[in-house]
Amino acid sequence: MKNALGREIPEKIQGIAGVQVFAGAFATPPSMNRQAPKVKSVRPGESKMVASLAEVFAQIPVTDGMTLSFHHHFRNGDGVVNMVLATAAQLGLKNLKVALSSVFPVHAPLIKHAENGVVTALDTNYMSGPVALAVSQGLFETPVLMRTHGGRSRAIECGQLKIDVAFIAAPAADEYGNSNGVQGPAACGSLGYAFPDAQYANHVVVVTDYIVEYPLSPISIPQTKVDYVVKVACVGDPKGIASGTTLITKEPVGLKIAENAAKVIQAAGLIKNGFSFQTGAGGASLATAAFVRKMMEKNNITGSFALGGITGYMVDMLEKGLFKKLLDVQGFDLEAMQSMATNPNHLEIGADFYASPFNAGCAVNKLDAVILGATEMDIDFNVNVVTGSDGVIMGGSGGHADAAAGAKVTIIVANLLRGRLPIIVDKVLTITTPGETIDVLVTERGIAVNPRRMDLKAKLVAAGLPVKEIGELKELAERIAGIPKQIKMGKKIVAVVEYRDGTIIDVVRQVEGLSSCEA
Amino acid sequence: MDEKLRRSMLFLPGNNPVMLQNGGVFGADSVILDLEDAVAPTEKDAARFLIAHALRFVDYGDSETVIRINPLDTFASEDIKAIVPCRPNAILVPKVEGASDIQTVVQMIRAAEQPNQIPVKIIALLETPRGIIEAYQIAKADPRVVALAFGGEDYTAGLGAIRTKEGKEIFTARTVVVNAAAAADVQSIDTPYTDANDEDGLLADTLLANQLGFKGKMSINPRQIEVIHGVFNPSRHEIYWAQQVIFAIHKAQGEGSGVTSLNGKMIDLPIVNRAERILRLAQLLGLLEGAES
Amino acid sequence: MGSLLKIAQAGTLESSDIMITVAPGPQDSGIVIELQSIVMIQYGEDIRRTLATIVGEMGYTDIYIKALDRGALDCTIRARALTALRRAGGVFKEDIV
Repeated sequence: MKNALGREIPEKIQGIAGVQVFAGAFATPPSMNRQAPKVKSVRPGESKMVASLAEVFAQIPVTDGMTLSFHHHFRNGDGVVNMVLATAAQLGLKNLKVALSSVFPVHAPLIKHAENGVVTALDTNYMSGPVALAVSQGLFETPVLMRTHGGRSRAIECGQLKIDVAFIAAPAADEYGNSNGVQGPAACGSLGYAFPDAQYANHVVVVTDYIVEYPLSPISIPQTKVDYVVKVACVGDPKGIASGTTLITKEPVGLKIAENAAKVIQAAGLIKNGFSFQTGAGGASLATAAFVRKMMEKNNITGSFALGGITGYMVDMLEKGLFKKLLDVQGFDLEAMQSMATNPNHLEIGADFYASPFNAGCAVNKLDAVILGATEMDIDFNVNVVTGSDGVIMGGSGGHADAAAGAKVTIIVANLLRGRLPIIVDKVLTITTPGETIDVLVTERGIAVNPRRMDLKAKLVAAGLPVKEIGELKELAERIAGIPKQIKMGKKIVAVVEYRDGTIIDVVRQVEGLSSCEA
Repeated sequence: MDEKLRRSMLFLPGNNPVMLQNGGVFGADSVILDLEDAVAPTEKDAARFLIAHALRFVDYGDSETVIRINPLDTFASEDIKAIVPCRPNAILVPKVEGASDIQTVVQMIRAAEQPNQIPVKIIALLETPRGIIEAYQIAKADPRVVALAFGGEDYTAGLGAIRTKEGKEIFTARTVVVNAAAAADVQSIDTPYTDANDEDGLLADTLLANQLGFKGKMSINPRQIEVIHGVFNPSRHEIYWAQQVIFAIHKAQGEGSGVTSLNGKMIDLPIVNRAERILRLAQLLGLLEGAES
Repeated sequence: MGSLLKIAQAGTLESSDIMITVAPGPQDSGIVIELQSIVMIQYGEDIRRTLATIVGEMGYTDIYIKALDRGALDCTIRARALTALRRAGGVFKEDIV
């Protein structure tokens, strides 16, 4: 059956009970209760400390077919996922489902586990590295379920992603399971992506390498939700954990795009007191933040909050009084971690607070402007951040579709030509974020405004910005580079792309042959 | 004087496909596709081909295309033969030292130009002590010469002095270039500010150039363009002043009076010329609200 | 003018560039193009066509071309190809374009 964006979605998909197709960004309201795990009790004097992961597996007990969940706050410095899955493999477990909020190159051992049948299903919001390539080449029989950050939290809360055991890697914990992300050698800052897991999993295991005297403070994951505490030698590599931020780009075309993006925000009339903003940790996004900052400083503007993945740059803006608060769902670097630990105006928020569409209101709803990227965009402004133009999975929504839906003005910054490849295509390979939530595309050769936003377009034109029709920009790119041939995908569905409301917005099919090849 | 706006002239390395194909997005008044300093001797042939194709196939928008060829004593001849038929707007000739250099270049250009081609203009880059002495003769050596550009780095080396951000060592040479260009009714273009990370320094240096009378500045990094334009664009204050001058003149003419004054100062011809130039520039840049002329 | 004098190379492996090596081919070997490209699927055919056209225009019939493409635009491919041919001792009727 076709969804509202014209994508063909199979009526039955392995691993999904009851396929609902995308009907519009706000077209599918919730129709369920929150699900709740069994009530537990822990008597006085009982200990939660367990000597090893193997013992935890025995005590629960973890059996074939269970769903194990993990957060990705350690990014490419993570050690816990591999440890837990190695234990599972050693114990001869099979057909496990892994719900890991983002997959990084360090998680490459997952491929072996999949080949050996230890893990047969994957639920995630973002994939990079060898696992992403392997999935594209057909690693799993069951399609990988790709959600948004807000959607994962919704799915957990509403019982669609039922977690048997949540393994929460905690930089610091006490013997009763209170945990935070700001202390210990593997400090990572916010533990926001683990909040839903702690709330709703049937069993919660805190895995830490740093035990403090009871009671730990501050508390991010409370003891009342934690069943077991395991101390291991090392939960992750601090270097890999603390290095999420890149430097502001010096590349001249990227800088020009960033400056124009900031001018769009200004022309939209958003740079005034109370301004709220979200941006990524990449070089181009940071550059946009830098230009926005200059505008704010020039006009003596005090913003209300910055949201999302927090970097040292945003911390600096908080400390200089440019923003009153930071809402932090993920810390990208040491500055972000230290600020959250010491500054009362730097708040830790959970993935549900950040972006879930099915609660009494999430933080992205309050955003004035968000800066996002794209690998492809089509003339209806639909955006792809899942697959590269070679069809291989190289990302995923993360918070992309959530922030785009919530923000007053959603701006995509991208080179019109990436090397030789035009970013605007007739139909994107994979739709991640629907065009109705995307307002502006800023490239180095012009700015396109979604026809739904004639009000915004008028403001940009009046400000003298180089506004063009999206069709014009597409033709310009093709005149420069030539018209690209589209890749042919295989038949087998390797991943399903779920919109934040649980409906299916697109599917990813298998890549045929190699991605960069000899003739 | 040539009417073409040359507030900013951006260097693009001639052997770098990325910069050549993106050169038009930065909004510089001119782009200088460089065959000289940016290109190693063993790659001059490759750069000629790249630039020739860039001229034919890349859209530089409103930017003027200028080719900096190699000096007359090395590869200028091959460069001109290869590039002129591809119809650049102008050639930037380095290390010009006398009017005869210009005449040599003109001969070479004439021999290479196609039948219906718009004559290629010449911008003389003065970067030696000799070039500074001969500035006026160079400026009026041929009608194709539309501007004198000043190259501070090589010039300072020629003096045996040290190049500084403050620029005392190039002060006289700068004013000589401005003066010679003005006397010959051509434009004068200032030397680039080479520290791409120092925005404050760039602003100060560009303000000085503007104050000295330069009409524009060469640039080695696209990030510099907005600052440079900001300096050379007339300010709202200047535009308002210019409008007042012209209004006063028209009013006086209407009343049959020969002499006019504005704010206690006599408005004589040089003032009118300056006001008209400011308004012309403002109109070109779209800085005038409503129909003013 | 059927073949070149020697092997020659032009271009780099930088982004948006193409490294082209040309070599004389044995008699009657024809135009042999070996192409690697980061945009093979999208532009592989276009690149081959451009190379074949240039070589044809220059009148070479027995030639081996190896091209390593990093997303070069058509005009860059032409420029690099012509440079390599010139360096290989190709005699050009008119200079350049």
